[in-house]
Amino acid sequence: MSFISRGFRGKRRDTASSSRLPPGQYLVNDFPVLSAGPTPRIPVAEWSFVIEGEIDKPKSWTWDEFRKLPTEQVTKDIHCVTKWSKFDTGWTGVSVDTLMEGVETAAEYVVEFSYGGYTTNLPLEDVTGGKAWVAFEFDGQPLHPEHGGPARMLVPHLYFWKSAKWVRGLRLVNEDQPGFWEMNGYNNYGDPWREQRYWGD
Amino acid sequence: MARTAVLGRLEWQFGTVAELVMETPKVASLLLDVPDWMGHLAGQHVDVRVTADDGYQAERSYSISSPPEDSRLAITVERLDDGEVSPYLVGEVREGDKVELRGPIGGYFVWKGDDDRPVLLVAGGSGVAPLMAMIRHRAANHLKTPTRLLYSSRSYDDVIYRAELERLASAGDGLTVAHTLTRMHPPGWTGYARRIDSAMLAEVAWPKAQMPIVYVCGPTPMVESAANLLVDMGYDPRSVKTERFGATGG
Repeated sequence: MSFISRGFRGKRRDTASSSRLPPGQYLVNDFPVLSAGPTPRIPVAEWSFVIEGEIDKPKSWTWDEFRKLPTEQVTKDIHCVTKWSKFDTGWTGVSVDTLMEGVETAAEYVVEFSYGGYTTNLPLEDVTGGKAWVAFEFDGQPLHPEHGGPARMLVPHLYFWKSAKWVRGLRLVNEDQPGFWEMNGYNNYGDPWREQRYWGD
Repeated sequence: MARTAVLGRLEWQFGTVAELVMETPKVASLLLDVPDWMGHLAGQHVDVRVTADDGYQAERSYSISSPPEDSRLAITVERLDDGEVSPYLVGEVREGDKVELRGPIGGYFVWKGDDDRPVLLVAGGSGVAPLMAMIRHRAANHLKTPTRLLYSSRSYDDVIYRAELERLASAGDGLTVAHTLTRMHPPGWTGYARRIDSAMLAEVAWPKAQMPIVYVCGPTPMVESAANLLVDMGYDPRSVKTERFGATGG
């Protein structure tokens, strides 16, 4: 890199945190909010979660049924495509593996869909094998609506738009179907370590 | 993906700072000559990358404030005192310097000017930047789309594009601008002097029956509040597009 921004020094981080930051990201301590429209308000009495699509019989849970499922507590670094990363975020949720128990499907892709109409797509193998959760607590507290409550997806190994807020279900599909941001200029896969932010990255 | 092959990667490219405009004591517009700029839509943003002499780099996103019609690409940047990139772009950069950027980015928070629905723009602070691109796009094309801007600033001196907005609103072509000042207002101030609330929106916003399209941009608490109030007023949530920035925009 021969170009230098004359007079720019920047804020260096220690090496330990640098190695945890994907390229182009910077570390924040607060929890910024990003979403494309108003925050939906979903009373848990009206909430349900469904797995549908390429599955013999859709599986669904009411809030009470969902909350009786075994939960996991996980601590993860998260990375937003708008460049902030946040380390050691603590979540409580139900593993997608738990939700997918007993499901037989030939589908290779999944669409997360949300209250409010948001969608995001990813390969099924990116939400199974201990890689994804339906999270309902952040730092031990009920997930605030601004951050996706009552429940959101947590897929921390991809940029955070792949972790749909206000999630309502997973649709198992044979053909990949680009979601909301994926149709609006953002990368179809979104690996932060390969800086796959936009189309063509 | 076929789409990727067609569109290709957004490559980093250089823009040269042709003009620096201090909009307020803390906010500057950088007018850039970008030789290979592919064009953009009003409302989109760019990524900016800066590089220190030891190779250390930092990236941030900034909204484009110029309309597609302008020959120069403008970004409007607020200096955050504890920020990393904004104190460089507002304070250090001079005319003639090069800035690395790639874009345009974002296909949702855009206004093309190709539909007749009235437009409501709600801005907080430097969140006015992408909305200004829409207002300028409207003016450049002599569009008469009924458009209202409700713009919240801390004080009179913090109002970005003040003179230009005044001039455009006085043209009598369907643009109105309402200001609210949340912390300080000058003697004789006749605009609003409080945070955006439901009474203010009831006065400024289009009746929902006119099916307006809404763009809200600003700090998260203001955007959350304004968007919720509009939904409470009966606006279709799908017609309310939001763009937010935190205190960590850097």
